[in-house]
Amino acid sequence: MANILVFINTPTAQLGKAQRELLTLAHRLGEPVVVFGAPATDEAVTAVGGLGATAVYAPSGALDATLIAGEAALVADVARSTEPAAVLLPNTADGKEIAARVGIKLSSGVITDAVDVAADLTVTKSVLAGGYTVTARATHGVPVITVKPNSVEPVAAAAASPAVTAVEVTDAGPAATVTHTADKPASGRPALQDARIVVSGGRGVDGDFSQVEELADALGAAVGASRAATDAGWIEHSYQVGQTGKTISPQLYIGAGISGAIQHKAGMQTAQVIVAVNSDEDAPIFEIADFGIVGDVRTVLPQAAAEIKRRQG
Amino acid sequence: MSVASGGPLKVLVLVKHVPDAQFDRHLAGADHSIDRSESILSELDEYAIESALQLIEARGGAKAGHTVTALTMGPERAAAAVKKALQMGATDGVHVCDPALAGSDAAATSLALATAINHLGGFDVVLAGMASTDGETSIVPAQLAERLGLPQLTMASALELGDDGVLTGRRDSDTTSTTLQATLPAVVSVTDQGEEPRYPNFKGIMGAKKKKTVTLALSDLGLDAAHVGVAGSWTHVEDAQARPPRTAGTVITDEGDAGVQLVDFLADKKLL
Ligand SMILES: Cc1cc2nc3c(=O)[nH]c(=O)nc-3n(C[C@H](O)[C@H](O)[C@H](O)COP(=O)(O)OP(=O)(O)OC[C@H]3O[C@@H](n4cnc5c(N)ncnc54)[C@H](O)[C@@H]3O)c2cc1C
Ligand SMILES: Nc1ncnc2c1ncn2[C@@H]1O[C@H](COP(=O)(O)O)[C@@H](O)[C@H]1O
Repeated sequence: MANILVFINTPTAQLGKAQRELLTLAHRLGEPVVVFGAPATDEAVTAVGGLGATAVYAPSGALDATLIAGEAALVADVARSTEPAAVLLPNTADGKEIAARVGIKLSSGVITDAVDVAADLTVTKSVLAGGYTVTARATHGVPVITVKPNSVEPVAAAAASPAVTAVEVTDAGPAATVTHTADKPASGRPALQDARIVVSGGRGVDGDFSQVEELADALGAAVGASRAATDAGWIEHSYQVGQTGKTISPQLYIGAGISGAIQHKAGMQTAQVIVAVNSDEDAPIFEIADFGIVGDVRTVLPQAAAEIKRRQG
Repeated sequence: MSVASGGPLKVLVLVKHVPDAQFDRHLAGADHSIDRSESILSELDEYAIESALQLIEARGGAKAGHTVTALTMGPERAAAAVKKALQMGATDGVHVCDPALAGSDAAATSLALATAINHLGGFDVVLAGMASTDGETSIVPAQLAERLGLPQLTMASALELGDDGVLTGRRDSDTTSTTLQATLPAVVSVTDQGEEPRYPNFKGIMGAKKKKTVTLALSDLGLDAAHVGVAGSWTHVEDAQARPPRTAGTVITDEGDAGVQLVDFLADKKLL
């Protein structure tokens, strides 16, 4: 069976959902071979083995603290020696840019934002803000594909004991250096990209996200926001949904005090069910909502949250 | 002479002419390419232009000999993207235009742009937007860095250029905020988190008419048509299906129990 090379940037004992999805997809397409972005630990090797990885390649020492160049050189080197049928990476900003450079290094086609990869390596993705679903193929080299989270149901495979190969890192060439890294505080809620349900707030919440958060917590949902809300500083930019924020397809999206501008819809209109709460009956978001409420977020959201808690007993 | 040794700062800003998202956008034809009839300068590239202008303005601007060259690759009407950049304050323009470029994917686009950048020569900073609003891949800047052998400082939300020629920028992920540094020349892309792009004023619009734009064909660049366009692309779109437009569902007006009705709806959809 053909090797499918999977890039796991930060190998840990507890793989993230997106990482498990990549391995599950690789297992479906062939034999998962993993390249770590950092030196291997026994726990991380066991973790990827549990999802069917048969081999792990990892740098012998930590990569230089540079942007993208080091990872790209590493992934391309491992791809040259393992000759995979495809290379899969996460669809993050880093993942896409690493893929971009690997594509040039290997003279290979790069396809981003994949939601599915078929056995013949045809990729399905949605384009033009969810307006079209296209299938695309790499026609040259090894397909280099970045896969969106929530695309594959992660399943455990017959556990393998992957052989670990240490890789000497070659000179990655000119790069920007990382001079400082600050961690952002974690919210404790589900990650926006992985969540089954998302409750988002916009300018209409008028600076107060507590009711959005309360409804999100009652539903076990992630919190999102419009750009008006993030630009105002009411909530951190990483919560922004839309063209220049996250593109998500949850089972349920609740937009509260959001008008439904084209750039916002670009990030959420492939949700399965859309609910909108807005005081303006002409708000464009109602045109795409399955259930719309013309009302005030300050009364509707707390009532819904209380009702959910009441029914849950 | 480079900016670090006291020469003028030469910035190249990459601008793309893209279909206006305010209108319906369509894929058409045998190669499922995008219909470009209603097109504008990509809004996200306006942030790149703004950053480029700020970099030179911090050192005395065009009067002091610093330049911002706007470069686009695209069909004839893509010249409008360069024109808008000139109106905003770019000092000159370059339009790479050749029928053979039609249908280029990111790899072919980055090849044509890298060849043009080498042909023009001497830039300290190559500045791009965070994504084209049509292709939305965000991979062209990284591919340019790879092809040009330059450091990439991409997805930056704050840029500062020191007198020593060291560029500093901030890049945020979901979990971290990193500070990056690169020596020039470098390939840079900026997000929409920086300062809002300026509007062209009357003076800018009039002044743009006197600014020079050079048009370059593949033959000027010594680039083989087989390496760009559909022929030179490494990916191919096989099929495109328009997603059925979403239709409006039920809309109710809150009469005091809308929150409860919302929960009924969610229970009905088995979403609780
Ligand atoms: C290049 C570019 C990229 C962009 N990217 C994004 C993006 O990624 N994501 C994004 O979201 N936007 C993006 N935008 C911005 C987008 O165009 C809109 O400006 C933004 O989405 C508006 O946010 P909003 O709906 O919260 O605010 P508004 O449009 O101001 O809407 C607020 C709504 O709240 C309602 N309201 C007010 N008070 C109440 C109340 N008490 N109860 C109920 N409803 C109330 C109002 O009726 C109104 O409909 C982008 C713009 C540009 C130019
Ligand atoms: N045809 C083009 N002409 C000029 N610049 C481009 C072109 N295509 C992409 N770019 C630049 O690369 C950035 C990212 O584009 P993309 O990788 O297509 O999302 C854009 O914001 C532009 O700055």
